Amino acid sequence: MAKFKMHILVCGGTGCTASKSQEIADRLKSNLLEKGLENEVQVILTGCFGFCEKGPIVKIMPDNTFYTEVKPEDAQEIIEEHIIKGRKVTRLLYTDPDKKEHVADAKHMGFYKKQLRIALRNCGFIDPENIGEYIACDGYAAVAKCLTEMTPEQVINEIKLSGLRGRGGGGFPTGMKWEIASKNHADQKYVVCNADEGDPGAFMDRSILEGDPHSIIEAMTINGYAIGATKGLVYIRAEYPLAIHRLQVAIAQAREYGVLGNNLFGTDFNFDIELRYGAGAFVCGEETALIHSMEGKRGEPTFKPPFPAQSGYLQKPTNVNNVETYANIPIIILKGANWFNKIGTEKSKGTKVFALAGQINNVGLIEVPMGITLREVIYEIGGGIKGGRQFKAVQTGGPSGGCLTEKHLDTPIDYDNLIAAGSMMGSGGMVVMDETSCMVAIAKFYLEFTCEESCGKCSPCRIGNKRMLEILDKITKGNGTMEDLENLKNLAGVIKDTALCGLGQTSPNPILSTLTNFWDEYVEHVQDKKCRAGACKSLMRYVIDQSVCVGCTACARNCPVNAIQGEKKTPHTINLELCIKCGTCIEKCKFNAISIQ
Amino acid sequence: MAQIKSLKDLESFKNSVKEQIDTRVKGNQDGLVQIKVAMATCGISAGAKSIYNYFLEKVDEKKLDVVVYQTDCMGRCNEEPTVEVALPNQESIIFGNVDKAKVDEILEKYGK
Repeated sequence: MAKFKMHILVCGGTGCTASKSQEIADRLKSNLLEKGLENEVQVILTGCFGFCEKGPIVKIMPDNTFYTEVKPEDAQEIIEEHIIKGRKVTRLLYTDPDKKEHVADAKHMGFYKKQLRIALRNCGFIDPENIGEYIACDGYAAVAKCLTEMTPEQVINEIKLSGLRGRGGGGFPTGMKWEIASKNHADQKYVVCNADEGDPGAFMDRSILEGDPHSIIEAMTINGYAIGATKGLVYIRAEYPLAIHRLQVAIAQAREYGVLGNNLFGTDFNFDIELRYGAGAFVCGEETALIHSMEGKRGEPTFKPPFPAQSGYLQKPTNVNNVETYANIPIIILKGANWFNKIGTEKSKGTKVFALAGQINNVGLIEVPMGITLREVIYEIGGGIKGGRQFKAVQTGGPSGGCLTEKHLDTPIDYDNLIAAGSMMGSGGMVVMDETSCMVAIAKFYLEFTCEESCGKCSPCRIGNKRMLEILDKITKGNGTMEDLENLKNLAGVIKDTALCGLGQTSPNPILSTLTNFWDEYVEHVQDKKCRAGACKSLMRYVIDQSVCVGCTACARNCPVNAIQGEKKTPHTINLELCIKCGTCIEKCKFNAISIQ
Repeated sequence: MAQIKSLKDLESFKNSVKEQIDTRVKGNQDGLVQIKVAMATCGISAGAKSIYNYFLEKVDEKKLDVVVYQTDCMGRCNEEPTVEVALPNQESIIFGNVDKAKVDEILEKYGK
C-alpha cells in the first residue's frame, strides 16, 4: 500500500457529526479524487478532538494545522490551497482570544498546552472503525502481554500499584475491586462496562467509545483474565447511537482478527463481549440498578452488601467499571504502574477527563493531570469566562456534586480535595457559572433532575427531594421564609443519611453546597425578594427611568402583552401586573432607559 | 486475513499497518527535525513537487525521524525551490536552489 503524504483528520464525534462533519469528509475526498490526489492524501473520520466549542474540527497532519468551524463548502479551498499549494486557509485557523492572532499549530493552542491525554490518547488521532490503526498504536499489546507473560494476580497487583481509582464518580480503587471479584469463586463471572453516562453535560464516556472503542474491548478482556470471567457486557445508553455503532463495528473486527473469542493469543483463555442497552435512566448508572436493568428487571438499586463482586449479574460475581476507568487500563499495563502513579497527587493518580460547559469560552472535552487547579482549567484551558464577565462558581460532580467558588480556584483537583470542598469528582462534568447565574435556581435545576430520575423505591429520595424542590420553588417565586431555609437544611441532612442508594444520598449536595457558599443569596431571595443575578423571573421588576425615556414608543409598540403605557414624547411606564418579563423592551430601547431591579 | 494467535502475529501485523499512521505519529511528536518545502506556484514550476516527493522517498528509505511537509511561498522566488530546515530549539536554516543532490546533503547532515 502506498504511503500517504498527508492525512486530513475530520472529527467524527457526535457534536461535529451534527454539524455535517461526514459531509465535510465526503467533499474532501471527492475534491481529492478530482485532483488525482486520492493516493497521496488520506481523509479519515476520527473521534472527538475535544474542542467542541469551535467544531467541526479538521486537522491536517503532519503539520498539525488545526482548522475550526469548517463547513462543507470549505473543503475545496482546503484542498486547493493547503493540500496543493501549502498555503494555510487563514480564515479557518483558530484565533487566540488574548493575542488576537491566528494559531496554526494545534500544539500552540492554550486549550491543548496544559492537557495530558491518557484516556483520550487515541481520540482524534485514529480511525475508530479501523482495528489496524488501533493496533498500530500499540493496541492489543497490553492484553497480549497479560495473557502470555503475566498471571492474573500480577495483573491485579499492577493495577493496584498504579493507584487507579474508579472514574465513574465514586473513586473506589480499581485494583482492589478486581481483587475482591477475583477471590469470589463461581462457575461463571462477569465483567461489566458501565457506559450509562447520565450527568447533565458530561460526555467523556461517549467520546471514548466513539473515538477509541477498541481500548475498552481490550481493557475488559484484561479485566476478564484478571478476575476469571469469560463474559463481558457493555451497558450503554440507547441514546448514544454513534457510540453503539462504533462499538459494534469494533467488536465485530476484534472477533474477526481473533483478539476476542476463544483461545486468545494461543492460550486457553476465552472472552467475548455483548452489548446491553439502557433506556437512559440516571439511576441505572448505579451498579446494582444497572445489573437489575441488564437482567430485564426494573432499574432499581438494592442495598449493598451483597456487593456485585459477591453476587451481581444473574447472582454471579460481577465487576463493574466505568468506560474512562477502562480506557486507562491498557496503557498502565504497557507503560507500567510506576509510570502511571507518578502522575497526579498522592491519593489520586493519573488524569481525569472533564466536560467543560457553561459560561466558558472553550466548551469541550479536556483531560488533565490530577492536582491541576480549577484556575488553570478555567482560565488557561477554558480560556476564561464568556464575554469577559466575572467568575462566580463551578459545579462539579453533576447532580450529586456541589458548587465551588472563587476561594476554591487554587485548590488542586483530586477526589479528596473536591469532597473536602463540599463537592465531588463525579464522572467529570464541570459547569462554569458567571454572575448571571442564580445559585438558588441552579440548585433547583439539579434537584428537578434528581426528582425526575428518582426511581421511587425509598421514601427519603422519592418524597424528601420533592419537598425540597417545593421549598426551592417557593423561594425563587419570592414567597420563601427564613424557616424554609432551616427546613431545607434539616431535610437535606435527613435525606443524605437515610436514602438507599448513591443517587438519593448525594441528591441534596447541590443544595447543601450552595447553602454553604451562597447563603447571602438565599437570604436575599427570602428577605429582600431580590435575585441579584436577574435569573428568577418572579423577582424581577422592569422599570423605565423617567428622566431618560424620551417617549419614542418603541418599547410600547413591541411589548407582546401591551404592558407599557404612555403618550408620544412623554416618559412611559410599565404595568408590572401585565409584564411577563420577556426583555423585549430592553432590547428595543435605544436610550438605555429600561432596567431590571 | 489470518487471525492473530500469538504475540508474534500481533507484532508482525502491527509492523504491516504502522506505516498507515506514521505521518500522524511524526506530526504529533515534539523535537523532530522539520523540513518544509515551499510549494507556491513559483516553487512548483521550479520543481518543488519533485523535491518534496524525493524528500519523502529518502526519509522513508533511510527511516529518518524527520517530518516533511509543504508550506507556502517563502518569498525568495529567484532561488526556488526553497527548503526550510527547522531544528528543534534552534534557528531555521533556509536552502535555495535545492536539487536532488542537495536533498541528499541536507538529509545527510540534519536527518537522524
